Amino acid sequence: MMSLIDLFSGALILASLPFFVAGTLGLLRFPDLYCRLHALTKADNLGLGLVVLALMLQAQSWLQVLRLLLIWLLVLIAGATVAHLIARKALAAGHRPWRRP
Amino acid sequence: MTGAQTLFDGLLVLLLVILAWVLLASKDLFRAIVLFISFGLLLALAWLRLKAPDIALAEAIIGAGITGALLLVGLGRLGSAVRCRPLPVRTTPLQRLSAPLLVGLLLPSIAAVVLVELFTLPIVASGQIKLVAAHLEHAGVDHPVTAVLLNFRGYDTFLEMGVLLLAVLSIWSLDRARHPFARDQIPAALLTLQRLLLPLLILVAGYILQRGAQGPGGAFQAGALLAAGIILAALCGHRLPPGHQGLLLRLALSCGFTTFLLAAAVTLARSGVPLLYPEHLAGSLILLIEIAATFSIAFLLAAAMAGGHPVPEAKPTAIDERKSA
Repeated sequence: MMSLIDLFSGALILASLPFFVAGTLGLLRFPDLYCRLHALTKADNLGLGLVVLALMLQAQSWLQVLRLLLIWLLVLIAGATVAHLIARKALAAGHRPWRRP
Repeated sequence: MTGAQTLFDGLLVLLLVILAWVLLASKDLFRAIVLFISFGLLLALAWLRLKAPDIALAEAIIGAGITGALLLVGLGRLGSAVRCRPLPVRTTPLQRLSAPLLVGLLLPSIAAVVLVELFTLPIVASGQIKLVAAHLEHAGVDHPVTAVLLNFRGYDTFLEMGVLLLAVLSIWSLDRARHPFARDQIPAALLTLQRLLLPLLILVAGYILQRGAQGPGGAFQAGALLAAGIILAALCGHRLPPGHQGLLLRLALSCGFTTFLLAAAVTLARSGVPLLYPEHLAGSLILLIEIAATFSIAFLLAAAMAGGHPVPEAKPTAIDERKSA
């Protein structure tokens, strides 16, 4: 028998799936590096946020909730910084952002 | 085990095999390294499914993280023309003979001895959990993995420290350390990240080291986290002060190995068996060794990443100082 909390968790994880799928699709299909970075970081941040929220509902203690929140924040910060560094390096190397032809 | 778990495990194994194949077959080295990092992360997941969180942690931090970064640094240096080679010096005939002797005779003989020893070892069935559990109360720590790594099989960990030290010695003899960014080209985002992460990395490393006595964690994981902190700081332009690049750096690199060696020597003198800790001191001895090992591992991994022996930085000239002021 699923409790209400399990149901909520499941719904949140299901809600996260479209973001991961969209991010992956963007990574594979978008025309240039900057668009792909954009798709990847935006989608993964939200998708992971929903997964973390689902896991928080399952946590046994407040300490676990805080740890999960910390993990999400760290991924957010690391993801944003790395995306910025990659884009900066690409721009310096002369990759022109894509324009609609 | 439910059907969903079997399905997940099956998919994980399949993905691991495919990833391994693709990364080995990849002609593009950069792509191979990126695949290697994802392979490491999936492997960490597999260890977790096998209920081995200690190995999962180590695989994620060292196998995927630090090794991946090392490979990337190595790739960046491939084909670089400015490698600093020592000037050719006149060698004596004996010196010229030493390399073929070492590689051609000494190494194969050591390998042969080790092989023969391996065959004479008694075959031990897997599943030592009961044996470890029976002796855990004498180990000085509550976590069976730490008890095995630092007490029952301390020998192995001791030699691992030696291997790491040797690796850094070899790296130092190959090239000199080079800085990834010039001082005025450090990205601002990286500086902000460093300001946020450095305190947290130090805190978490301490937490993981301390946790090793009761649960998954310990010197290697904590040391790798500290190493990540040092590497981040180095990327952001922090350098060892000139006076700290000599003896102090070498002490930091070797203190894990020497502490272990000292413990082995003292226990050998006391009881006749190296690394047999007296029961009432085992806990504190293990903690002492782990602290030294963490410190050493952090510096060893960071030194490997620097990619060569330290070079004293040129003193800023008066013009440079006026510019920065």
